[in-house]
Amino acid sequence: MTDVQTQTTTAKDWASDQEVRWCPGCGDYSILTAIRQMMPDLNVSREDTVFISGIGCAARFPYYMNTYGMHSIHGRAPAIATGLAMSRPDLDVWVVGGDGDMLSIGGNHLIHALRRNVNINILLFNNQIYGLTKGQYSPTSEVGKVTKSSPVGSVDAPFNPISLTLGASASFVARTHDMDRKHMQAMLKRAHAHQGGAIVEILQNCNVFNDGAFETITKRANRDSMLIPLEHGQPIRFGADQERGVVLDDAGRAKIAEVADVGVEALLVHDETDPDPSVAFALSRLANSVTEPTPIGVFRAVDEVEYIESANNQIEEARQARPADLDALLHSLPTWEV
Amino acid sequence: MTDTSDRTEVEQLERVVIRFAGDSGDGMQLTGDRFTTVSALLGNDLATLPDFPAEIRAPQGTLAGVSAFQVHIADHEINTPGDQPDVLVAMNPAALKNELHHLPKGGVIMVNEDAFEERNLDKAGYDANPLEDGSLGNYTVYRIAMTANTKEAVKESGVKARDAERSKNFYALGILSWMYSRPLEPTLEWVKEKFGKNQMVFDANVMALRAGHAFGETAELFEHKYHISAAPQSGGVYTSINGNTALSWGLVAAGQLAKLPLFLGSYPITPATDILHELAKHKNFGVRTFQAEDEIAGVGSALGAAFGGSLSCTTTSGPGVALKGETIGLAISLELPMIIIDIQRGGPSTGLPTKTEQSDLMMAMYGRHGESPMPIVAAYSSAQCFDAAIEAARIALKYRTPVLLMSDGYLANGSEPWLLPNVEDLPDISVDFTTGFNHVNEATGEEEYWPYQRDPETLARSWAIPGTPGLMHRIGGIEKEDGSGNISYDPENHGRMTELRAAKIAGIAKDIPLAEVNGDADDADLLVVGWGSTWGPIITAVGRARAAGLKVASVHLTHLNPFPPNLGDIVKKYPRVIVPEMNAGQLSRLIRAEFLVDARTVSKVEGVPFTAAELVEAIQGAINND
Repeated sequence: MTDVQTQTTTAKDWASDQEVRWCPGCGDYSILTAIRQMMPDLNVSREDTVFISGIGCAARFPYYMNTYGMHSIHGRAPAIATGLAMSRPDLDVWVVGGDGDMLSIGGNHLIHALRRNVNINILLFNNQIYGLTKGQYSPTSEVGKVTKSSPVGSVDAPFNPISLTLGASASFVARTHDMDRKHMQAMLKRAHAHQGGAIVEILQNCNVFNDGAFETITKRANRDSMLIPLEHGQPIRFGADQERGVVLDDAGRAKIAEVADVGVEALLVHDETDPDPSVAFALSRLANSVTEPTPIGVFRAVDEVEYIESANNQIEEARQARPADLDALLHSLPTWEV
Repeated sequence: MTDTSDRTEVEQLERVVIRFAGDSGDGMQLTGDRFTTVSALLGNDLATLPDFPAEIRAPQGTLAGVSAFQVHIADHEINTPGDQPDVLVAMNPAALKNELHHLPKGGVIMVNEDAFEERNLDKAGYDANPLEDGSLGNYTVYRIAMTANTKEAVKESGVKARDAERSKNFYALGILSWMYSRPLEPTLEWVKEKFGKNQMVFDANVMALRAGHAFGETAELFEHKYHISAAPQSGGVYTSINGNTALSWGLVAAGQLAKLPLFLGSYPITPATDILHELAKHKNFGVRTFQAEDEIAGVGSALGAAFGGSLSCTTTSGPGVALKGETIGLAISLELPMIIIDIQRGGPSTGLPTKTEQSDLMMAMYGRHGESPMPIVAAYSSAQCFDAAIEAARIALKYRTPVLLMSDGYLANGSEPWLLPNVEDLPDISVDFTTGFNHVNEATGEEEYWPYQRDPETLARSWAIPGTPGLMHRIGGIEKEDGSGNISYDPENHGRMTELRAAKIAGIAKDIPLAEVNGDADDADLLVVGWGSTWGPIITAVGRARAAGLKVASVHLTHLNPFPPNLGDIVKKYPRVIVPEMNAGQLSRLIRAEFLVDARTVSKVEGVPFTAAELVEAIQGAINND
């Protein structure tokens, strides 16, 4: 809306005056801090920034940002954000929600926003549990999870959010976690810079109902061996001494191999810009639980036709072709005069 | 047509009701629509009732596949599609079987006799050919070999033999055009526009239309042809319009009058989809249409656009309103303007998707969780859908509230002449967004922005849109503190906010037109109360009852929440009150609850509008039976 040069801001400028009410020790705090710290670097103004959320612990996020915001209803944030972004392409629209919000009740809106490639940034706080309703298994909880609603273990197979969103043709897909602020900020900046629908899965610890869910991969001591960093143009390697790597087998499946066995040349070189999402999907299948080495970073970042621009171009073309003449509209069917 | 060789005697008629019926694939809706348009151009008053099945193409020749279109044209003011047809055009045995019960004894039947062969008779469930067995003795039957004549007529167009008979609806239209002295030119122009790109189909349709007309003239089958003069109408420019088009144009106009971009979030559903189709054509007005993944995303996207400062709306029918309920509740809590358009159809569940009903009123009133009052505006005629849309937008924007705009399948698809308004006379419904601080913080003395600061007159909250420097704020579905809009779980605050939301909607009563009494306002023995599309039959029935010497008055509601402020006085003034509605008695219950009067339901839930005759009977019954 404003032509005024964006003013220099600090993290404090992006914090609202509202008291943050997550449980002490919640992973959401580190995400909030990371985002408040990052916002001044994006060169955007607070009044042109909007956070939209659904329902759940994560969905309280907009209240804590000194931007425009809407805390809406369960699951619907991507749909609401689509309407806002489409009608106001001048705004920077972010969507925040948890795994229940985005993948269960709001799964439909998530996949459709992504397949349309609507220019919004979707932050999926995945803690593999329902927190605000006090601990039921979620659509990302592992099979066998014992919760109040699954006292002898859940029999639900979970979604892999990266596989799901790649399957929905998302043009930007990344994964990060709440224990690494730098990585998180790097992923969020990439998502923001991306023209199109961007989804970032943030593995987030719920210290009350699912404490330590990601410890096996995100704890500092475990990261080298359990996180596989994806870096564009680089062979995919991990391990304290970069001794392991990822190869594609003959069927196109991603497999973990010892570099000593296969040689550096055999390693898969990561190409996040590959228009075909098959290899990105194969990478997403490397880990289906936190017991396996898990890729983090940008799985996919491709330039595709963006929805809002296309829709608004049609409007611009129509405006050029025909004036907005209400009287002419009323006379556009056969008329007669008395 | 000015063909002087036609010596058939012309008889003047005051009115005629024609019912076109055929297989779903026979093009009867198109035929009826063309006949209607030409009649409108001649200046007749008219009303139509399209009556078609939900299936796009039910099995050919079956009763389930019959599609009908009734049109009433007159040289005087009319408000209904007619109680009974005078003429039934039946393109096959199923159409005759399905529709004959509408036709009074002595009526005219025009059939395509070629279709009355064994297979079709069998499919329609006829043991014997009704054209041969004397069962139609009480009617005047014209048997015309429409299929054979059409095939013969279109030979030179070059269309394949099996495609040739597809023009037989134009052949039938040609006969009717001759019979009722309708010119062919407007239809010829239309055929050119529609089929001009396909020379063969264009030629075939033109040949069939002309051949039908020539048949009427030369066959010596008919004793008379008829003429219905123009109806006296107020001076001005008219167009013939159906409810969904009028409503769409009303939304476009509302956007222009509000000086806001119009946003429609919608999911296809019968009978509302045509509004999405229509609005998608008007991008030159800055109209954004979003075909959402589901009903919930339709209303969700509209709410998002409203937050951003668009005039936003969502279109649907009953099942969709049910799905949108939670988001409507959020809009009530956020106090953002939005129009939810319910083109009602037969329910519950899938019900009768292509048939009309008024059974969503209670849902509009109460179909949400929590205390969540919402204004309701109802259109009463097809053309009036235009004004109703502007009125819904006016209320939504001025009071920062979602508004339910109700129409129904009958209004949506039915057509009537519309005296086009002067654009300059349409109301200004523009709004001012808040652009500066509106409150001083008591503790710090600093200026700040309170999103729930209210206008003392309207109780509408302040509306600052994203992009406004300095006024960043967060709103949400959790209860908000009065004024600041911050989250508040305070019990007294919740009570106060509940009262404020209710008072805001109730206060709209001061800002809507008073209800007007029609008929014997001073001394009626009976008051008829209606809403929505029952207006036509009610007005007509009250007129007939009064002509028969009864003392009757009627009042028709365009605003159902809140009611017009004088409605209580009106319903208490008369000794008897009846409420005809196409539901099991929803408005009557609201009136009883609100005003403690013995309002009696006259119910019809059959997927078709009341006829005026049914309502005359109800009026007589109510006056005489006590």
